[in-house]
Amino acid sequence: MGAAVAFEGVVALLDRFPALAGVDLSVHAGEMVCLRGPNGAGKSTLLRACAGLVPVRGERAEVLGFDLRAQRRSVRPHVGLLGHRSPLYGDLRVDDQLRHCADVHRAGTPEVSAAIERFALGGRLGEVAIRRLSEGQQRRVALACLTIARPRLWLLDEPHAGLDTPSRDALDELLADAVTAGATVMFATHETGRSRVAAARQVMLAGGRVEPAAPVPPTDGPTDVA
Amino acid sequence: MWREVWLVCRKDLIIERRARVTLVQIVPTVLLVLVVFAFALDANPSLLGAGAGGLFWVAVLFGAVLGAKRSFDIEAEGGNLDALRLGGLMPAAILWGKAAALALQLVLVGVFAAAGLLVLYSVTVHDWLLIVVAGLCGMAAFAICGTLYGAMTVGLRSADTLLPLLLIPVAAPVLLAGTRAFDVALGTSADQGWSWTALLAVVLVTYIAVGWAAAGPLLEDA
Repeated sequence: MGAAVAFEGVVALLDRFPALAGVDLSVHAGEMVCLRGPNGAGKSTLLRACAGLVPVRGERAEVLGFDLRAQRRSVRPHVGLLGHRSPLYGDLRVDDQLRHCADVHRAGTPEVSAAIERFALGGRLGEVAIRRLSEGQQRRVALACLTIARPRLWLLDEPHAGLDTPSRDALDELLADAVTAGATVMFATHETGRSRVAAARQVMLAGGRVEPAAPVPPTDGPTDVA
Repeated sequence: MWREVWLVCRKDLIIERRARVTLVQIVPTVLLVLVVFAFALDANPSLLGAGAGGLFWVAVLFGAVLGAKRSFDIEAEGGNLDALRLGGLMPAAILWGKAAALALQLVLVGVFAAAGLLVLYSVTVHDWLLIVVAGLCGMAAFAICGTLYGAMTVGLRSADTLLPLLLIPVAAPVLLAGTRAFDVALGTSADQGWSWTALLAVVLVTYIAVGWAAAGPLLEDA
């Protein structure tokens, strides 16, 4: 299976600060990877770099076969990114937002209906302004938009944040389904128990670099520590 | 490209329909500016009539600053601009879509401001066609300018003060030509109204050209 992400010595500068200071990382297509590390380790920047939203330099910086050093724009339509904040328009209603996402990503009514059903956004909730939703509900709308976009590479920053336990379980199921369908998933999280269960491989970042792999202690099952 | 322009424009118009910021906040502000000018000029009918064209464009320019700021505030919120870019939308489509939506909102502002002139300043219109053509050219030019500088300042901590600082000087040619054209249309000047409108059109075409050139660099890494 080919590499979805192939980084060698990748450097990204944010206001002259090296947020990524020589990242070496290879992620296979269809793989699920959990990014771990302390605050400021470069997890969010790595996800944004993979989405083609941060200029990068280095020996090799390829995502889904696109060279990020020259083709950052080309990779974007194939990537879905959910950052710390949910990219939603507060004044739109939930159904307006989902239809907008579907139009941007050229998705049809079946995709929208499936997302509404999966994240329980139907009924009267569809007519509520995004601004009036709780943080967890907004997160569900953002995840529904991501589902509608059908990306080949899912990039999620603290995706479980703000979600209740059933929604977290639904998210894990969604990510597992995405991998089953052939997509690649990379997500950053501080939630050790859940991430161990959900992720096939863990990558540790510190100081803008990938740390050498360390053995992960076994767990007995999902232990949500958030 | 045009499909993407329509997507962005429609989205901004739906947001306006839901939030009614233009109708409930910007239009009253613009009308208030006209009222304040009337107080400042001591409600002198001849003075107000003579300056009505200029006061209209100054008030609409305030509206354009507020509209442009609002237009990019909603994109900065939650990283929506990134979401548009990840949707594969061309930077030019984002820019023209937002400019078109802002232009339509400014037309609404202009209609209310014109009504305010008629009521508050008791002016009479001698050439409606000149008013409409010059008005539309001016609103479009303000919208493009505002969108360009809105894109330039989006996400900056100093955007609130930087946007008017950048926008108002660049919009000065529109202010000048629009005022002259309106003065003729309102019968307070015997100048060549259509020549000033032609100048407005030239300024508009220049802004469009700058917009095409600047869209990529502005929105690629905004």
